[in-house]
Amino acid sequence: MAWFKRKEKGIQTSTEEKKDTPKGLWYKSPTGKIVGAEELEKNFYVSPEDDYHVRIGSKEYFSILFDDNHYEELNPGLTSKDPLKFVDTKKYTDRLKEAREKTNLKDAVRTAVGKSMGEDLVIACMDFAFIGGSMGSVVGEKIARAIDHSIKNNIPFLMISKSGGARMMEAALSLMQLAKTSAKLAQLAEARIPYISLCTDPTTGGTTASYAMLGDINIAEPGALIGFAGPRVVKEATGQDLPEGFQTSEFLQEHGFLDFISHRRDLKKKVNLYLDLILNRELRS
Amino acid sequence: MEYLDFELPIKELEEQLSKCRVIGEESDVDVTETCKQIDKKLTQTKKDIYKNLTAWQRVQLSRHPSRPYTLDYVRAICGDTFLELHGDRTVKDDKAMIGGLGKIDGQSFMIIGQQKGYNTKTRQYRNFGMANPEGYRKALRLMKMAEKFGLPVVCLIDTPGAYPGIEAEERGQGEAIARNILEMTRLKVPIIVVIIGEGASGGALGIGVGDRVLMLENTWYSVISPESCSSILWRSWEYKEQAAEALKLTAKDMKKLHLVDDIVKEPLGGAHSDRETTFKTVAQVIVENYDDLKKLSPEELVEERMEKYAGMGVYKD
Repeated sequence: MAWFKRKEKGIQTSTEEKKDTPKGLWYKSPTGKIVGAEELEKNFYVSPEDDYHVRIGSKEYFSILFDDNHYEELNPGLTSKDPLKFVDTKKYTDRLKEAREKTNLKDAVRTAVGKSMGEDLVIACMDFAFIGGSMGSVVGEKIARAIDHSIKNNIPFLMISKSGGARMMEAALSLMQLAKTSAKLAQLAEARIPYISLCTDPTTGGTTASYAMLGDINIAEPGALIGFAGPRVVKEATGQDLPEGFQTSEFLQEHGFLDFISHRRDLKKKVNLYLDLILNRELRS
Repeated sequence: MEYLDFELPIKELEEQLSKCRVIGEESDVDVTETCKQIDKKLTQTKKDIYKNLTAWQRVQLSRHPSRPYTLDYVRAICGDTFLELHGDRTVKDDKAMIGGLGKIDGQSFMIIGQQKGYNTKTRQYRNFGMANPEGYRKALRLMKMAEKFGLPVVCLIDTPGAYPGIEAEERGQGEAIARNILEMTRLKVPIIVVIIGEGASGGALGIGVGDRVLMLENTWYSVISPESCSSILWRSWEYKEQAAEALKLTAKDMKKLHLVDDIVKEPLGGAHSDRETTFKTVAQVIVENYDDLKKLSPEELVEERMEKYAGMGVYKD
């Protein structure tokens, strides 16, 4: 026996009067765990039940790593041109405009300097939301200038990668950003300034073939996808089934490419512990 | 507590002593005097046994199942400051070779060493302390990192040898060890090596070139293990005790031959009988040796190291 009985058939409420839950109030992790947005933020954007590390952008990483969210953004005004007049299903210029409007970002990386646990740190952090975190001229230039800032002021450099690879719409110009950023990192190494590369989900394509794999230490968040060719491409090219956990952070550490994997909650502490140790400073806690 | 065959008299006395104490607790009989006598006898027996160890007995002690391993030292000496770093950046993270940064007495050190397991599962996981080429390459990567930032290196050696496997050969076990030896002779930061257990051949020397090479009292270091030596030269494993004597592999012999710089004393009964004291002693010798070495410029350091190795060998001219 039902408690309520529908007297009239169908849903009578008009569309305008329907009450939707506001978007972004709840988050559902891939394993189906549901968590409130506020709780998620407090938990470093990690789903508390299954430890799933939600994809976040530069705004969130800066707030996690810089003290009191204080930082100075470097070269915020740099924007892309369209030197090749590139058109696929859309014009590149339109794509850029849309991405800017949608994300409120200028391009796929933001660079900043600030204090982390009281000591200076330069961070370059990619935004996947901006055309898949693709690396073009602007990304390359901003990273290069951030490294210059590190060298000039003798400040350690942290690169947070989150990228689908090079930006196709800038063709070989974007390919050469691999060489440009790597050359800058060679200068940073010559200056004996520590470089930490943090790989987050996903770090793929051109980023792994340049700065993401060139850290004094390479570290990652748990469960991130990290690899040169994407899993689908590898599967198609080889015709083989991929091993379990292929191209995850854990797989990469087992194969010798990561120094350690850090939960996002421990990130700030671990990055600064490494810096204190490698620079022979007194440990901060 | 596990006992080696030559330690059985100690085991017997220790059992007598504990029985004596139990009787004292459970009955009204006064056993104080008896216990005291047994205790005295025990101390004397220990002294007699450990002061006159044969080479083979020291080999056995170096492999004692309760002996502390590299990570035991690191955890005791560096505590929470130790940050383990993984991987050779080429094929694998070798679990038989560990490394990372840690503080000793306020100074950062890069600490590297072979790691053995303490039960069947972890022994397999650590491949019995036998590193593959990727282990040596990880060690070299970490040493280069230390050199870049001017940090001293500490190597703790405890290995029955580099792993003799098919894949190890495919990936160039010999090349990996050779490269390490060469790079270590010219590394521009102080290197302090401590043999804490077994020092078997190239597998040991692959992280064993240093400004100061120290051996704990009950360890061995040679070109081959006594068992393998026996089986090759005597064509039987039965002659391992003779081989151990012949190889002159103890700390005392190695110092006499000027192949190691110093001997680090162990507590009576071996490193495992009083771990805390062992850890404290090792931490202390690391700090003392580093205090000496840090006075030298990188050039002087490398020159002295080169000269030391150039002087090794005995010949008629």
